[in-house]
Amino acid sequence: MSAQQTTDPAPGQIDRSAALECYRVMLTIRRTEEQLARSHQQGLIHGACHTYVGQEAIAAGVCAHLRPDDAVFSTHRGHGHALAKGMPPHELIAELFGRATGCSRGRGGSMHLFAPEIGMMGTSGIVGPCILQATGAGYSFQLLKTDRVGVAFFGDGAVNNGAFHEGLNLASICRLPVLFVCENNQYATEISFAYAAGNPQVGMRGSAYGMPGVTLDGNDVVAVYQAAGEAVARARAGGGPTLLECRTYRTRAHAEGMRDVGYRTQEEVERWKAQDPIARCRSYLLQKQAVAVDALEQIEADVQTTVTEAERFARNSPWPEAATACQHVYSEPAQPASH
Amino acid sequence: MREITLIEATREALAAAMARDKTIFVVGEGIGPRGGNFNTTTGLYDLYGPERLRDMPISERGFVGMCAGAAMTGSRPIVDFMFVDFILDAMGELINQAAKIQYMSSGRLKMPLILRGCIGIGHSAATHHSGSYFPHFVNIPGFRVVVPTTPYDAKGLFATALVSDDPVIFLEHKSILFHKGAVPEEEYTIPFGQARVARAGQHCTVVAVGAMVGKTLQACERLALAGIEVEVIDPRTLNPLDIQTVLASVHKTGRLLIVDETFQPCGIGAEIAAQVVEQGFDDLDAPVCRLNGAYAPTPYSPTLEAAVVPNVEEIVRAVETLMAA
Repeated sequence: MSAQQTTDPAPGQIDRSAALECYRVMLTIRRTEEQLARSHQQGLIHGACHTYVGQEAIAAGVCAHLRPDDAVFSTHRGHGHALAKGMPPHELIAELFGRATGCSRGRGGSMHLFAPEIGMMGTSGIVGPCILQATGAGYSFQLLKTDRVGVAFFGDGAVNNGAFHEGLNLASICRLPVLFVCENNQYATEISFAYAAGNPQVGMRGSAYGMPGVTLDGNDVVAVYQAAGEAVARARAGGGPTLLECRTYRTRAHAEGMRDVGYRTQEEVERWKAQDPIARCRSYLLQKQAVAVDALEQIEADVQTTVTEAERFARNSPWPEAATACQHVYSEPAQPASH
Repeated sequence: MREITLIEATREALAAAMARDKTIFVVGEGIGPRGGNFNTTTGLYDLYGPERLRDMPISERGFVGMCAGAAMTGSRPIVDFMFVDFILDAMGELINQAAKIQYMSSGRLKMPLILRGCIGIGHSAATHHSGSYFPHFVNIPGFRVVVPTTPYDAKGLFATALVSDDPVIFLEHKSILFHKGAVPEEEYTIPFGQARVARAGQHCTVVAVGAMVGKTLQACERLALAGIEVEVIDPRTLNPLDIQTVLASVHKTGRLLIVDETFQPCGIGAEIAAQVVEQGFDDLDAPVCRLNGAYAPTPYSPTLEAAVVPNVEEIVRAVETLMAA
């Protein structure tokens, strides 16, 4: 029940193909985010754009264990979760471009990504609700006698919110199959977690709710993969929820176009850039999994092609019809027949 | 036909639906073995156990948000608030999440979530156990809002809520929970968006909401002695709102009063008045009038409490004033 630091997992916990797939997913997120940052500068993105750059190991390492029928709920910084859950980049980019082909058909933008067909149950512009909704997915999956799991991704900004307290307690007392994945990137916009938390050890809070709490290096995809694998297996087997605290850092501004000075130092940013999760995964694949450079370069070329084509697809996609702006406020058909 | 209470009527609809649909579960404080503070779930725990009758800690935001997530993933949750005042702790989960998820997902997710609780002023419940709040929910796209006033309607409307894919706010006035009325034993549904004409009349139309329906009907008895025949309309659902039935009545009577114990500004009466003025102006022989509860929190002492909610005498006077206009 106590928090533990897991920075150097035993080798063999992740096999080569799984590690390569994590690398491909992380790189897809990074290249897509870099494309979105350029698109934002070009004025193709009409609202906010919160990138996931620097945090890719978490989405990749957790979602590697999920099936399409597992339910992911996320927050405003959710591009990476959507991509790792299986959303094609063109659906994400098109959504930020406000096009009819976007994952939310242009209704959401960066902060409201929906693809229930693949278990991407939504990202929220409000910090906290994803914790409760993932708990609810766990409730459904338990009630329906399945081995599906609910997963909430949220930042350190969410853990001092009442939803964290209420959601973790409810998941614990009902012993629900849920993963609570805290991506502690140290800042809620510009408020540092060290300032905002009376107890800044998020992993330790698991014991306060009677569930395992694990603190780990969130820039190490091997560590994330291992910890998430254990938590998912426990949840599927009826062992209840787990809290994972993944220590990480966003290396771009809170949102594209925002100033990024005055609350953190350039030295701090550079220190974390040196811990880049993709570079570390690449080294791991070359050194520990004996993957040939050619194989990685092929993945890198394929990912770049996918993202380039995705941006073109989005740019050439149609706008949603204005006449559809009020569709889907209510379910259809609206009324059951009278007796 | 046998007579049962409003609570028994909704419980019959709930029991029938739970027997048929194993994805339905209820959460709330004391809805398990205790059967609900207002007997909303009496006997069901013995049939369906703790997974489907789940007692909750005092954690309204938590379990409302949880149930929203459950509704998105294949089950049909019912949140039993006991007193609906407690819903206010969960407003963010309701307005930003439950009401918007169907729209945000472009219709690919459903939100079959029922939120029920008792409303209204009475029994010196004081200000944290006397609210109604339906104008707030009517203002938000995405919710259905139901305010039944008879056991017959309560059973049929609750049955409709139990198969709806929209979030339904189901509000039962505490002063009529144990009123009895004729209710068929078989299952039936009443569609949302169909008002009920509770009393026919030709001189004046009164739209009354919740417990005000009963008080208005009492007032009608006295007004009839003076030769004033009032038509009383019970909207039954405030979203969707059946304005056509109101317009048809006003076409006949030329006069409209709305009686509602909730606050007047931006209330349901203001909405009904605006729609009637927009669509039925030529039928009106007098300005539309409203009679509302006082614009104040609800006090405890019986003399104070009685002073903030419309009574039969005030309804009689309001109709007489409208008839003289």
